[in-house]
Amino acid sequence: MKLDARIPPGPLAEKWTRFKSNVRLVSPANKRKYEVIVVGTGLAGASAAASLAELGYRVKSFCFQDSPRRAHSIAAQGGINAAKNYQNDGDSVRRLFQDTIKGGDFRSREANVHRLAEVSVDIIDQCVAQGVPFAREYGGMLANRSFGGAQVSRTFYARGATGQQLLLGAYQALSRQIELGQIEMLPRHEMLDLVVEEGRAKGIITRHLVTGELTSHAADAVLLCTGGYGNAYYLSTYARGSNATAIWRAHRRGALFSNPCFTQIHPTCIPVSGEYQSKLTLMSESLRNDGRCWVPKAKGEKRSAAQIPEGERDYFLERMYPSYGNLAPRDIASRAAKRVCDEGRGVGPTGLGVYLDFSEAIGRLGEETVRERYANLFAMYHEITGENAYESPMRIFPAAHYTMGGLWVDYHLMSNVPGLFVLGEANFSDHGANRLGASALMQGLADGYFVLPYTVGDYLSQQKPGGGKPEGTAFREAMETTQARTKKLLGVKGHKPVSEFQRRLGKILWDHCGMSRTKQGLEEAIKILPGLRQEFWQDVNVPGAGEDLNQSLETAGRVADFLELGELMCRDALEREESCGCHFREEYQTPDGECARRDAEHSDVSAWEFKGDGKPEVRHIEPLNFEELQLATRSYK
Amino acid sequence: MKLRLRVWRQKRCDTEGRFETYEADGLTADMSFLEMLDVVNDRLTKEGKEPIAFDHDCREGICGSCAMAINGEPHGPNEAATTCQIYLRSFRDGDTLTVEPWRARAFPVIKDLVTDRTAFDRVIQAGGFVSVSTGQAPDANAMPIGKVEAEKAFDAAHCIGCGACVAACRNGSAMLFVAAKVSHLGLLPQGQPERAQRVQKMVAAMDAEGFGNCSNQYACEAVCPKEISVDWIARMNRDYALAAAKKL
Repeated sequence: MKLDARIPPGPLAEKWTRFKSNVRLVSPANKRKYEVIVVGTGLAGASAAASLAELGYRVKSFCFQDSPRRAHSIAAQGGINAAKNYQNDGDSVRRLFQDTIKGGDFRSREANVHRLAEVSVDIIDQCVAQGVPFAREYGGMLANRSFGGAQVSRTFYARGATGQQLLLGAYQALSRQIELGQIEMLPRHEMLDLVVEEGRAKGIITRHLVTGELTSHAADAVLLCTGGYGNAYYLSTYARGSNATAIWRAHRRGALFSNPCFTQIHPTCIPVSGEYQSKLTLMSESLRNDGRCWVPKAKGEKRSAAQIPEGERDYFLERMYPSYGNLAPRDIASRAAKRVCDEGRGVGPTGLGVYLDFSEAIGRLGEETVRERYANLFAMYHEITGENAYESPMRIFPAAHYTMGGLWVDYHLMSNVPGLFVLGEANFSDHGANRLGASALMQGLADGYFVLPYTVGDYLSQQKPGGGKPEGTAFREAMETTQARTKKLLGVKGHKPVSEFQRRLGKILWDHCGMSRTKQGLEEAIKILPGLRQEFWQDVNVPGAGEDLNQSLETAGRVADFLELGELMCRDALEREESCGCHFREEYQTPDGECARRDAEHSDVSAWEFKGDGKPEVRHIEPLNFEELQLATRSYK
Repeated sequence: MKLRLRVWRQKRCDTEGRFETYEADGLTADMSFLEMLDVVNDRLTKEGKEPIAFDHDCREGICGSCAMAINGEPHGPNEAATTCQIYLRSFRDGDTLTVEPWRARAFPVIKDLVTDRTAFDRVIQAGGFVSVSTGQAPDANAMPIGKVEAEKAFDAAHCIGCGACVAACRNGSAMLFVAAKVSHLGLLPQGQPERAQRVQKMVAAMDAEGFGNCSNQYACEAVCPKEISVDWIARMNRDYALAAAKKL
């Protein structure tokens, strides 16, 4: 299969402008004849739905939560990047582009990333106009802070709740269009299948989570804005409901899945405390602006942090990466933390933790300033651990946080299934093998506000409007498949709750496809996962019926999909015989333990094709061509 | 650690509910309240019973999904915390806890502890936004906004829409929720053009949804996980009066 990314011709910095000037348009009077389905109401979904509705398209928006305002973008803490250069510190579109490509360890598309950097500045303007209360200086101008992987301050923020404020901005724009009748909003609806008719995405099948009713919805284009698949690890910073079902069902209907092994493990999360644990809480990366990571120099140290003198502490990030220090990118910081813990120098009851210490910052700035910057994070830490981080250092450990992989899309953000667009974390496009902090919010809003309104119009202009009714063979077949699957899940009535399978899958993936991977470990995981899947379908117990609110049934369907996706993550990691960004294969490392890329073999994007149950997926390749930037070894030393 | 739970069980919105008692055993103080419910639910599943339905998602206090009263207090005993942020160290070994859904006319029960809070969405749809379409914005620094003003706007905007304020109010009033949005946008220059009609439309929508009047007891502020101040209610009342007098 040849993958055409449809990158416009011309010099890199002019591609997007040229594309916009030449894009095919739908006239205002015709726009209302087209219907677009948007699944998910996070930053990408809400901004896309609102922007398309503003243009005049009819939009149907779906979310599984009780309100579109609860999508997990809401939990993003630290900030959003934009190349405004308001700080006069040397930032530019070009530099944001370079930082993002380098941060992603040269595994993303230049043209997509450059466009992202270009539109980043418009995002801030748009959000301010919506009333997003970003942090400001006393003179009334917008404030910035720095984030990992950058030597400029380009991150805009709203205390520790930037995601919340940006999402509420998009949610309010969405709400305005609902009131105007341009958007039909269907909360508590979960997408369970994609309908592909004559090779084009034509609609979806949903389940109403309160009544259990399955419904077919037809449209002229389908947008998946359903987030990442990090809950495959079970313990993660994701919301409990975050799932891969929409993209996985689309994958089974023909959409290619790219780089599934590129999963971000975030360095600063609160460590695991027990078996029953249901999620891990992130402590924003912004804390690394003022917090210093350290462990004791001696193995098996038993003294408390306060009792360990300065000379016996190892500020390992500052030691290993002097030029970026505590602001080294996430993959690097996570691996460094893992390494010092593997050496037996981890802290806390489990030994799986490192200190994040604010005493130096409190001494330098005063407790009041530190409180002003991070009060809600310190409060959250206190709630969870019962400890006061103003007095003793936080304990942190890496946890699954984001997935760079996702459905394959071209420059138009369209998958290989015409009419199926994929936005935000659900696609693979912009972050390569590692995402920089404060870039997820940027990408979600770039896709939804500024990219998709152009590209979807280009597609629709070539389609006859009123794509039809949800009838016909393809809709019938998809409906029957969904009904049969729901019945099957409810019919097993085995002995084990869904949560048990989710935990076991999570542990397998964390051990073998987590921060560090080996050929042997991945082969082992690929060997045991089919057995776990089989056990699930023979022994899972989903209580209740399908005709009312049944949260066990919802989770069971999602876990069934994770059980399949988990295996693909491992296969992708096995086939990528190099180390890059988050993907650290122990066989491929430099003498000092850093990633050793193999550009000659793997300067590419993998794109997996589903071939049917029980058949191995086929791996396709999109080669990456670097025209502007030199492939270089990433160094943060 | 051991707790006795009296949990509201209700099959559907049109059936009658009742309290069921469950013994939760083998708990630890570091467990969150919702993790305890997970453990109870796994046990119920193994016993062939239906688990307790409850809304939850982010489990870090920001999405506003979780919504239950513990011993009559929305979001439980801790100040400035959602239910998902309550840890068992807040209770004593052997305590009996009564767990109920939000009780408010505008939030009908869907099942067990799950309620329908879409009324909040409809109030926002009535006017809780700035009418600016994508692409219309001027440069973000074109209009300076003082730090103090911006911080105040954030304080109001931080509302998570959980509905605890309504559940705590003896009148089931949504004044705190509505006032927070009216004030967030009303404090900023971007919100000025629609300020008068926004407050009028949102208050009308609030009344139409069946929320009651302010009880002036400040129970809403006391239970708010984001410590939204009742001062916003006073500010909204002023805006509303001025809008009625067409001076805004």
